[in-house]
Amino acid sequence: MGDKVIALAGNPNVGKSTLFNALTGMKQHTGNWAGKTVSNATGRHKNYIFVDIPGTYSLMAHSAEEEVARDFICFGKPDAVVAVCDSTCIERNLNLVLQIIETGRKVIVCLNLADEAKRKHIDIDVGKIQKRLGVPVIQTVARDRKSIEKIISVLDENNAEKGIQIEYPKVIEDAVQELLPHLEKYKTDISKRWIALRLLDGSLTDKIYEYISADDSLKETVRSMQNVINEHMIVSSIVRTAEHICDGAVVYNEHKYSPRDKKTDKILTGKFLAYPIMLAMLALIFWITMEGANYPSALLSEGLFFLQDKIYAFLTWIKLPTLLCDALVFGVYRVLAWVVSVMLPPMAIFFPLFTLLEDAGYLPRVAYNLDKPFKCCNACGKQSLTMCMGFGCNAVGIMGCRIIDSPRERLLAILTNSFVPCNGRFPMIITMITVFLVGGGIFSSVLSALIMTLVILLSVVMTFTATKLLSKTLLKGVPSSFTLELPPYRKPQICKVIVRSLFDRTVFVLGRAVAVAAPAGLVIWVLANVMIGDMSLLSHISAFLDPLGRLMGLDGVILIAFILGFPANEIVVPIMIMAYTAGGSLTELGADALKTLFISNGWTPVTAICVLLFSLMHWPCSTSLITVKKETGSIKWTLIAALLPTAFGVISCILVNLISKAFGA
Amino acid sequence: MNLSDINVGEKVTVCELKASDSMRRRLLDIGLVENTPVECVGRSPLGDPSAFLIRGAVIALRSEDCKNILVKR
Repeated sequence: MGDKVIALAGNPNVGKSTLFNALTGMKQHTGNWAGKTVSNATGRHKNYIFVDIPGTYSLMAHSAEEEVARDFICFGKPDAVVAVCDSTCIERNLNLVLQIIETGRKVIVCLNLADEAKRKHIDIDVGKIQKRLGVPVIQTVARDRKSIEKIISVLDENNAEKGIQIEYPKVIEDAVQELLPHLEKYKTDISKRWIALRLLDGSLTDKIYEYISADDSLKETVRSMQNVINEHMIVSSIVRTAEHICDGAVVYNEHKYSPRDKKTDKILTGKFLAYPIMLAMLALIFWITMEGANYPSALLSEGLFFLQDKIYAFLTWIKLPTLLCDALVFGVYRVLAWVVSVMLPPMAIFFPLFTLLEDAGYLPRVAYNLDKPFKCCNACGKQSLTMCMGFGCNAVGIMGCRIIDSPRERLLAILTNSFVPCNGRFPMIITMITVFLVGGGIFSSVLSALIMTLVILLSVVMTFTATKLLSKTLLKGVPSSFTLELPPYRKPQICKVIVRSLFDRTVFVLGRAVAVAAPAGLVIWVLANVMIGDMSLLSHISAFLDPLGRLMGLDGVILIAFILGFPANEIVVPIMIMAYTAGGSLTELGADALKTLFISNGWTPVTAICVLLFSLMHWPCSTSLITVKKETGSIKWTLIAALLPTAFGVISCILVNLISKAFGA
Repeated sequence: MNLSDINVGEKVTVCELKASDSMRRRLLDIGLVENTPVECVGRSPLGDPSAFLIRGAVIALRSEDCKNILVKR
């Protein structure tokens, strides 16, 4: 018996990916925010190969993701489709189910989240629904083993039921009857009726022609018959059918929008509390991330630097030339270890926390609360979410922009994402604040927290400014329509969240960062250790950059540190220290020693402010830019993504410098 | 009367969709066809968008888009 391909289809947010994980044992990320099911994930259970296709409301695809879903069901030759529904809103989910049944594929309907429906006192007569739909219908709870067994056993039964036929108004039915004879000679695995309908409404003409290799006479016939029916008639019929199927079979004993959710929404999206709660939530996440990351970071760097000596000893033992040993260990390995130890722990804490909020259903509310300001910038409210993700890591934020449907608004979100500081830039910002802007004393931590909040607000304001600027110039256009589902609040699955966010986001980004950090380590080492005259190459370059740096209130060393920090912002401050002390490899210093070193190199509070501004606004790190290139597929937009924040940064630094000079500071 | 005119807590029925192209499709996808009952269940803190209960799901729509959805009480 050969393998059978089973497509897993369903609306977004119905627990499809969770079901897929349970079926195949894979750790695929759920939730429809991070743009996860972008391409089709596959996994195996016995002789079934399950394909998890993107969540979609309909087969009349509008976005790229939905097209992937439709193409797979219609033209991907799956042996069967498991249509997953949310039991708490079956009627709406049936829209998709009916369309899938209409394609003529073998369909099994899973009424998922059965536990949630029970809790909401929704009575579902599965027998009635099955009889009316004409295909197998089962109730499932995605995390439950028995549900999985049920799905497999229905698949094993291999029934050949065709399912309900949707009745359309007479015009459409007549046209279909007229067209069907012309389709007779074509052999195909999808329903002829469905093909006739799609040819008539013109939504898929070319794809179908290609699929069945249509000849010219058919094309001619179709051309003469198109425009008799419109999409609205078709959709209305489907919705009516869904209504009829649920009539008496699904009984809501409680209000559909549960009073508990209503109360929660009153608070979380209410006039007075919405924004304070959002800010508090964000602050809490930052605080946990930074406090929590300290210890594992220290541990990790200790371990990795302990290894450094061992590796060095090993390399000398196998008699590698000293120069090569130095380059490999103090260049490549040291930068690599540095990046991993400062980058991994904060991300490993931030993203699970973020995913937790996503799982609980809070994030769509954030987009809901913040849509208006984004609309004013002709952008999409969902950009607020990609912005929040950007606080964790800009590369992840940029990837997350896939949740935005309109291509123009998506580009806006991608290009402006690096305006919010990621985890990698936080330590630098905090260093500037604590070392230069805040004195000692009891209030210092309160004051630095306050300044930190101001910095974050500034980054948000700059994001809006840049978005507005882009939408008035390069990306002109009106805001597109906006529909955002506010799903019911759910209890997050904490363990799964941690595993998933670790694998999907953290490890992925770390991989990309490491790939760039290694060669960059070599470059940094070469620059710091190759001498021309009595100065290192690094000093020569920084001397060359010094005039530009001075104009921006910085100096040459700071500029070169930012340039060499391209692979990861985490190494900017270590490079500064290395350059000021004329050292040969990255080094760390305590706060006091750092302040002394900086002051002896001519730093003033204005320098610190300019560094702060420039760290907020300069070219995105290499990982982010690679991601921009991947997401936009265009070098032009990648360049703009680099130039836009840099221009903002250079201009604001120069302004601050000139203004402070004018006031004699 | 269109959907942007109704207050929080009010229940109406859809008479006609004037939206075109992609928005029309989106609205049809979420089950917003003629005679569908719709209830306004909330507004975001800045007054726009608003949340509507449509066929068991809560969906946020902007007021511009609501203007293209004609409703009756």
